Amino acid sequence: MRTTAKPSAVKHYSSPGSRVFDTLNVIVLGGLALITVLPLLYVLAGSFATEGEIRARPFFLWPENFVTSTYAFIFANDTLLRAMITTVVVTAVGTVLQVTLTFTMAYPLAKRYLPGRTLVLNLVIFTLVFGGGIVPTYLVVRDLGLLDSYWALILPLAINPFYLIIVKSFFQELPQALEEAARIDGCNEMGVFLKIVLPLSKPIIATFSLFYAVGIWNDYMSPLLYINDNQKWTLQVLVRQLTSPDAANAIGALDSAAFFPAQGLKFAVVVIATLPILCFYPFLQKHFAKGVLIGSVKE
Amino acid sequence: MATDLAPPATKPASPGDRPGRVPIRAALLRYRWLYLMLVPGLVYFALFKYLPMYGLTIAFQDFVPFLGYSGSPWVGFKHFEDLFTGPDFGRLLFNTLFLALLTAVFVFPAPIVVALLLNELRVAVLKRFVQSLIYIPHFLSWTIVFSLTYLLFAVDFGVVAGWIHGLTGGPRVDYMARPEWFRPLVILQLLWKTSGWGTIIYLAALAGVDRNLYEAARMDGAGRWRQFWHVTLPAIRPTIVVMAILTSGNLLDQSFEQIWLLTNSLNRSVADVFDTFVYYVGVQQGGYSYATAVGLFKGVAGVILIFGSNWLAKRLGQRGLF
Repeated sequence: MRTTAKPSAVKHYSSPGSRVFDTLNVIVLGGLALITVLPLLYVLAGSFATEGEIRARPFFLWPENFVTSTYAFIFANDTLLRAMITTVVVTAVGTVLQVTLTFTMAYPLAKRYLPGRTLVLNLVIFTLVFGGGIVPTYLVVRDLGLLDSYWALILPLAINPFYLIIVKSFFQELPQALEEAARIDGCNEMGVFLKIVLPLSKPIIATFSLFYAVGIWNDYMSPLLYINDNQKWTLQVLVRQLTSPDAANAIGALDSAAFFPAQGLKFAVVVIATLPILCFYPFLQKHFAKGVLIGSVKE
Repeated sequence: MATDLAPPATKPASPGDRPGRVPIRAALLRYRWLYLMLVPGLVYFALFKYLPMYGLTIAFQDFVPFLGYSGSPWVGFKHFEDLFTGPDFGRLLFNTLFLALLTAVFVFPAPIVVALLLNELRVAVLKRFVQSLIYIPHFLSWTIVFSLTYLLFAVDFGVVAGWIHGLTGGPRVDYMARPEWFRPLVILQLLWKTSGWGTIIYLAALAGVDRNLYEAARMDGAGRWRQFWHVTLPAIRPTIVVMAILTSGNLLDQSFEQIWLLTNSLNRSVADVFDTFVYYVGVQQGGYSYATAVGLFKGVAGVILIFGSNWLAKRLGQRGLF
């Protein structure tokens, strides 16, 4: 979390050593910040450069010839377009489903008086330390007929047990008086949940929507395990296929156009897969930082 | 029977109401909406968490898909014997532990150092600016991190590869393929992706330090260095201990995606860790039972490590995970 602008722990020193340290500190931290963003800026610049420039110039932050032909190629290519649309749709549908399932299950688990609650909670917590692992889960997904189905990218990850427990704790903190009043007015528990609890939970719904959305958007393992059909690739798979030493096969599948930006494509596809994350970045930073600190507070 | 089912008229369901022992049917009726809301989640956990745990039984079988879990022949501990006596186990364990060791030495201290440096930064705007930038990689997928690595280190056009080539004058090195460069690349990626974000927990601890302690130290004539040594560092020591313990509980857990992406046919001897090996043998080659045995071994070892580190945390007076 951004620490709020409290007065610095260090009062203003003017000893030479202290000033040297301050200068060095700014240089070191500035250097770290540069190392973080320079690769991203280079990739952005490269995505607007010509094939020749990428090969010829060692490093640049602004292309000599600013061209958009790589993007034009991408948006005219069926496989690439399909991957983009697939990823957006799977992320949207998946996030809605994950948030719905997580919040619906967390609510009853927050009711201390519910018989059987402890048993269910323990069953959930157990999955945090132990699981069936890759192969048995793969076999379940296969037996359910989900291989090469978009649902395989969503359903096996439908509830994150850790998020579930955090949402449950949040529900326990909500003031009970409102819920009580609604119950006296004849609302059943489902009604209380929908009409009272969910409207009170808007900020935390937003937070977990972001958590889940980033999770699906960035997921590479699920498509690797469950999707073979290259017409069903997600962006992450595409990025992997295009930017690797053994990219020939993947590119071969696309290489039907007369103009083919083999180098630029590698840069542009990284930009496209990164852009939504960076667009949401201010929100992500705020909400995720909160999440880290919630996570560090034990049950 | 009918009277059993009727909810007690005198006691309406309310949160304050703690039934010591309610007959199951009465409870089901009284809390039917709550139980109904549990159902979708329970189905999820049954299907995708507990069914795979049942599926672990194939580690003790020679699993044939069309014979199923019940029809496949049982072979006892055969796969575990193969694992422990075969050539894979030593390599997997060594690769895993070596990466864990490198992570502990190079990656674990990085966010602590960065947080301490940020904490000494006097200009608040600059601090916030640096933070905003170094948090970015946390949100990028391993695929993106891999691609950036490739674009920078590719043998033919990689920028960094080119620089190193220019500086050393040696032959061009294919960093992505050479086994000896696999581990350094893993560590570099981890440093780039995690050291910024990792500062958050330490910065929170640093923000909680009582300002009066610094005041008191100054009164006693402590300079900047001594304030750092005697106030700042002790203040985050508990956080460091907790993070160290948590990390040791996940010793065997490398990021599957990170390792798998960097693995290729040339560096597999050093790249294979338990998870990627399980995927390769189990899913790609169809060696379901053997791969499941490897996964089960890793899972059980992981549980022991988590409980062990938790026990250690409590022994050291820290709050554990559970």
